[in-house]
Amino acid sequence: MTELTSRLLDLESEALGALDAAATGEELEALRITFLGRKDGRISSILRMLGSLPPDERKAVGAEANRVRDRLEAGISERLAGLEGSGPAEAGLDVSLPGRGSWVGGLHPVTRALEEVCAIFESMGFVRARGPEAETEWYNFVALNTPLDHPAADEQDTLYLEGGGLLRSHTSPVQIRVMQDHRPPIRILAPGMVYRRDAWDATHAPAFAQLEGLVVDEGITFVDFKATLAEFARRFWGPGTQVRLRPSFFPFTEPSAEVDVRRIVTLPDGTVSDTGWTEIMGAGMVDPAVLENVGIDPERYSGFAFGMGPGRIAMRAWGIPDLRLLHDSDVRFLRQFAR
Amino acid sequence: MNISVRWLRELAPGLTDSPEQLADRLAALGAPVEEILPLGAGIEGVRIARVLEARRHPDADRLSLCQVDGGEGVVQVVCGAPNVRAGIWVALAPVGCALPGGLQIRKAKIRGEVSEGMLCSERELGLGREHGGILELTGDFRPGAPFVEALSLSDTRLDVEVTSNRPDLLSHLGIARELAPGGDAGLSLPPIPGGIPATPSWVRGEQEAGTATFQVRVEESRRAPRYLAAVLRGVRVAPSPPWLQARLRAVGGRPINNVVDATNLVLWELGQPLHAFDLDRIQGETVVVRAARPGERLRTLDGEDRPLPPSILCICDAQHPIALAGIMGGRESEVGETTTSVLLECALFDPPTIRAGRKLLGMSTDASYRFERGVDPAGMERALARCIEVILATAGGSVEPDGVDVAPDRWTRPRIELRTARVERILGIPFSPAAIRDLLEPLGFDLEGTGDPGFRVGVPGYRSWDIRREIDLIEEIARRHGYDRFPDVLRPFRPGTVPEDPFFRLQAALRTHLVGRGFLEGLTLAFVPPSEGDVVLAHPLTVEESRLRRSMLPGLLRRVSFNFHRGSRDVRLFEMGTVFAPPAEPGALPREETRLALVLTGGRTPAHWSGEAAPVDFWDLRGLLEEVVEIAYPGAVPSWVALEGATEFRDGSAVRVLLEGREVARGGEVRPGVVDAPRWAGPVLAFELAFPPAVPLPMAPRYEAIPAHPGIERDLALLIPVGMEAGRLPEGIRQAGGVLLREVTIFDLYDGPGVPEGFRSIGYRLLFRASDRTLSDEEVTPAVEQVLTLLEREYGVVRR
Repeated sequence: MTELTSRLLDLESEALGALDAAATGEELEALRITFLGRKDGRISSILRMLGSLPPDERKAVGAEANRVRDRLEAGISERLAGLEGSGPAEAGLDVSLPGRGSWVGGLHPVTRALEEVCAIFESMGFVRARGPEAETEWYNFVALNTPLDHPAADEQDTLYLEGGGLLRSHTSPVQIRVMQDHRPPIRILAPGMVYRRDAWDATHAPAFAQLEGLVVDEGITFVDFKATLAEFARRFWGPGTQVRLRPSFFPFTEPSAEVDVRRIVTLPDGTVSDTGWTEIMGAGMVDPAVLENVGIDPERYSGFAFGMGPGRIAMRAWGIPDLRLLHDSDVRFLRQFAR
Repeated sequence: MNISVRWLRELAPGLTDSPEQLADRLAALGAPVEEILPLGAGIEGVRIARVLEARRHPDADRLSLCQVDGGEGVVQVVCGAPNVRAGIWVALAPVGCALPGGLQIRKAKIRGEVSEGMLCSERELGLGREHGGILELTGDFRPGAPFVEALSLSDTRLDVEVTSNRPDLLSHLGIARELAPGGDAGLSLPPIPGGIPATPSWVRGEQEAGTATFQVRVEESRRAPRYLAAVLRGVRVAPSPPWLQARLRAVGGRPINNVVDATNLVLWELGQPLHAFDLDRIQGETVVVRAARPGERLRTLDGEDRPLPPSILCICDAQHPIALAGIMGGRESEVGETTTSVLLECALFDPPTIRAGRKLLGMSTDASYRFERGVDPAGMERALARCIEVILATAGGSVEPDGVDVAPDRWTRPRIELRTARVERILGIPFSPAAIRDLLEPLGFDLEGTGDPGFRVGVPGYRSWDIRREIDLIEEIARRHGYDRFPDVLRPFRPGTVPEDPFFRLQAALRTHLVGRGFLEGLTLAFVPPSEGDVVLAHPLTVEESRLRRSMLPGLLRRVSFNFHRGSRDVRLFEMGTVFAPPAEPGALPREETRLALVLTGGRTPAHWSGEAAPVDFWDLRGLLEEVVEIAYPGAVPSWVALEGATEFRDGSAVRVLLEGREVARGGEVRPGVVDAPRWAGPVLAFELAFPPAVPLPMAPRYEAIPAHPGIERDLALLIPVGMEAGRLPEGIRQAGGVLLREVTIFDLYDGPGVPEGFRSIGYRLLFRASDRTLSDEEVTPAVEQVLTLLEREYGVVRR
């Protein structure tokens, strides 16, 4: 340690002692001039001497002098701040002003509906699976017991690709892919985009999200099917929800059903709100021909399947009047669903 | 499918439900009613009238000045319909009359001429969609008679939605069978006014058959499994009587003449399409069912002269096609006013044949709609006999004693085994044999056996298209029992064998992260214009949506333009979706990849009174990109390489992220012009990240002892030549710094006065720490020297 550095250490302890003793702004200012004054402050003068030192020493002393100066400056400012804060003239912050915000993000309403629906089914033991969006006719139709020359194949006007293949018109091909790869018991959900040759309007788009569900096990019956979907509906729309199954036709389920829900609520002001029956999904018991197509014995296993559109559910649940709003990505629209 | 409630009640006399009750019952049976339309409601004031005279309005080319006998004297009416002319019967809405939709008729002056009433179109009367002219009535009427009564319109029309597996419901008989109290047994065909049943005796043949006056030859038995024909002579073609016209109008049909109307009546009543030919226009008194030959054409009933697609199934005479089998008749052999001899066809066609044919021609008719779903093979004689009876009653004449019936095979009832135990196994509740019998027999099924262990169920013809297997019968049992009557009690379940796809966990992790960072999730579709995709749709709806995207960015950037145009300055969007690439080999499916795309523009933070927020810049983007790369590829050490020449990004402000040489992401500042930005808009930044092809399971975190001893920091201000990638130095520093060097961070960048030309001064902070002791300067200094030596040797970098 050089002589200068040890002098600096002495100065430091002396100055810090004086700092503790100082009680007013004037005393602090006097202290600053004594040690850090530009003209003949005691630390400043050591700093001014640096140029005349040999390089090695210059570096060591310089660093130490800077350190001491910084420490003292910080101590003085801190004391000054403390004195000012207690002064009678100082006004408080205008706490009525808003704080600093950050950007609000949010999930798309379709994602939000999908997640809520999935969460309910996941609590009933379903797990998520997926499959490709470009498919073969076999997966999209044939394996699902839908012959291409049957009018049922028309009901979903399919988008074909040049060079072969098609865009899946429903998520049901995932049923086939899952059953090919796994043996029962099967309890899956398959969310994903599906495609139809539909022009854009307030209720149609050439692609939309769909959620498929499939259960296959020994002893699965129509009662399990009805109970599972009714349980879902009551948990999604609320305990008083009425659930109605109507016979319908899908080539890959039998018996087939459309599922409708209706909710009648008495509002706090006494008025009664009735949603009327609204269709939420198509469903049914897995057709034995579908099980046979994937090598599962329909005499031993049975199951049920369902498909619904989270976009339609979101529109209905949150009052979105036009499907095109879902795809504009207008931030003013998306922000409404951000929280 | 339009259903007349009045007709239905005549078929099922026990049916007393209101239209609303019928609609509820039909919905519960699987045939929901889309609309209940009271016919004749709101047009009680409309009268039958006769146009006595119609001449051009002196002051308007398109208007006619009509003298109309409305029962209470002749009135003048100005009419704009092109079909108005003297002599026709019309529907007159007189002054003071109200029409559906709230129109109130008043005496008016139209271009200087008085008009006292309005002549109505179908649409104005709420009877249909036709609005091309006024409704012309055919038949005997009395001027001034109430329109609703004169046409027997007091009825309710149900628009029933019928699924494609239930062709039997495409008729009043089929709907009545579902609803009638006793089912099939409770049905009876309404009597034909003036009708006398007359059934020909059938001359049968496998490929052909003939009578004394005509021949039928079926060359395509597979596609036309059965063909019945009968001949009527001496018919007088004229408008149908009011009861028949009313029937057709009630279901939205338009009366044509008594013969054609008779065939349509049977179509709506029994579901069997029939066709009437003018026998005198059939050359050689021969009907041949065969494939079209090259070059053949046919002018169909709709007036189109159609070249016939090769091998489409046709009904022909000795020379030429005279009808498109099961789809539409021909103009040439159409029954008209001069017709006296009629050949009635009642055929069964193979559904896929009719479907393929009508798709080739791009048309669909009431007949093809039923044939492609399947008509009752056992109901054909009855349908033909019914049609003959109606024609004889309305057009006179007589039927020839012999008809022909060409079919290689006679239809027999299929039988299906139904196991009683299996019913419970599928449906979950027990059904006794008696209950099964009670549910199925009213629909026309016959059950052989006791039900223990099962039945042999005979299927009626009208259900033979959809009831082919045991499961089809089980569905009928559930449907007739009523889905609402099944319990809905949850039972325990076994968990499945399918593992959750880890893709969804990654998707959720990225979503949660970006939402937390203040981004809104967008949803664009995969369709793009030709320049933005390589996978092509075969029949796109528009050119702008004719391909599938190869990248998410162009679509998302269009959303930025969209938002700019709506005045939104701060746009922070992300989206996850699929991109498509051509198949790896011809004939395979396109390749798919999930991508995350993100765009941001505007202020770094929302506006605040304390100061203006700086606009977002490249470093905001790069920070986000670092975060999402770490989430998607945990633990990976990517290299960040400058990206030049990208279509979307500005050179000098764009980066590629490589993992083991594979690009997993790219991003940067978007080139001006890519986004249609107003002057006030700030720079737009964007990136796109590819999901890993197989999403790895999440990495388990690993505990590391929390440092017990303080570390020593050393700052190095280094002179870095412009052009050198300063972000790469920490890697070298770390290697040279030894085991005690724990962290290297870049904390400062300065290129102002004092820094030599061609250099930047960059501050690197080195943190040294040992886990078992407090380090001394003596331990750290040599390590720093080592680092400096390496930097000078390997990179030519020295301290400032």
